[in-house]
Amino acid sequence: MIRPAPETVQVIKQRRDAALAALVARVPFARTLGIQFDRRGDELTAILPFAPKLIGNPAGPALHGGATAGFLEVVALIELTWAGVWDRIEGGHLLPDDLADPAALRMPKTVDFTVDFLRSGLPRDAYARARVNRSGRRYASVHVEGWQDNRSRLFAQATGHFLMPLADD
Amino acid sequence: MTDTPDDDRLAQARAFVAALPYCAALRIGVDRVGPAEVVLTLPYHRDLIGDPATGVIHGGAVSALMDTCCGAAVMTHPEVAGAAATLDLRIDYMRGAVPGQTVRAHAVCTHVTRSIAFVRATAFDCDGGQPIATAVGAFSVTDAAQVPR
Repeated sequence: MIRPAPETVQVIKQRRDAALAALVARVPFARTLGIQFDRRGDELTAILPFAPKLIGNPAGPALHGGATAGFLEVVALIELTWAGVWDRIEGGHLLPDDLADPAALRMPKTVDFTVDFLRSGLPRDAYARARVNRSGRRYASVHVEGWQDNRSRLFAQATGHFLMPLADD
Repeated sequence: MTDTPDDDRLAQARAFVAALPYCAALRIGVDRVGPAEVVLTLPYHRDLIGDPATGVIHGGAVSALMDTCCGAAVMTHPEVAGAAATLDLRIDYMRGAVPGQTVRAHAVCTHVTRSIAFVRATAFDCDGGQPIATAVGAFSVTDAAQVPR
């Protein structure tokens, strides 16, 4: 019996990275903020590289609360979408071209988003990781943690509810 | 012709918002100023789009407008002398803003204690009628209650 040769690690990584890049690239606001994603397996860590335009209070200086909130909301939406398509990407059923096509892959919509500002955002890079606490057929609940220098000292966290797209919407 | 106090307040608020780099980047403008309430505008721009399938701006852009608007409403409250920092902000999204339209947010600072200010805000697009989003926030105020009560 002849089995197909297993995929090399490079092929797998390339497929995952291309899928993630396609997903992030279709959110123009994520690009406007300069958000990047670091991937380890299916785990995503988002990076908001510091830029002077993100400052809200020049006297601090501190990141604008709206920039922090926007960063966390982008991360929550990307994580939720990513978690939902991971199996199909792994199975080869969803290609980067599909992820880039808004008609082929609908994104969830934010119902509500609550941000808890724990300390002021310093003028340097910020990081965030989101966790999908519940993902049903119609709704999802996602929690996001944001930090800067120390992983255990969060500067902001958020919880949001999202409406999942239906196939016949 | 002399400026009325209202014109002064509007000019001050415009200068204040223009000096905040993130507000300048998003082109946030000031329409009307307090006491204890503010109307701000966020013009439509393709950089703010969240979903190219619809052209609707990202919730994160609306968050920036709401946060700025709520903070500004706090700072125009007669009993608040200093700066305001957001402690908590919840935004409910009723519907997507119509693509191409300016979003207008109206925030009212409903109550101030020695250390905390409470704010509510509503955002509309130019369709009027139903709001696109509402927000509730709590802000810490550094120099509150300088005014005897």
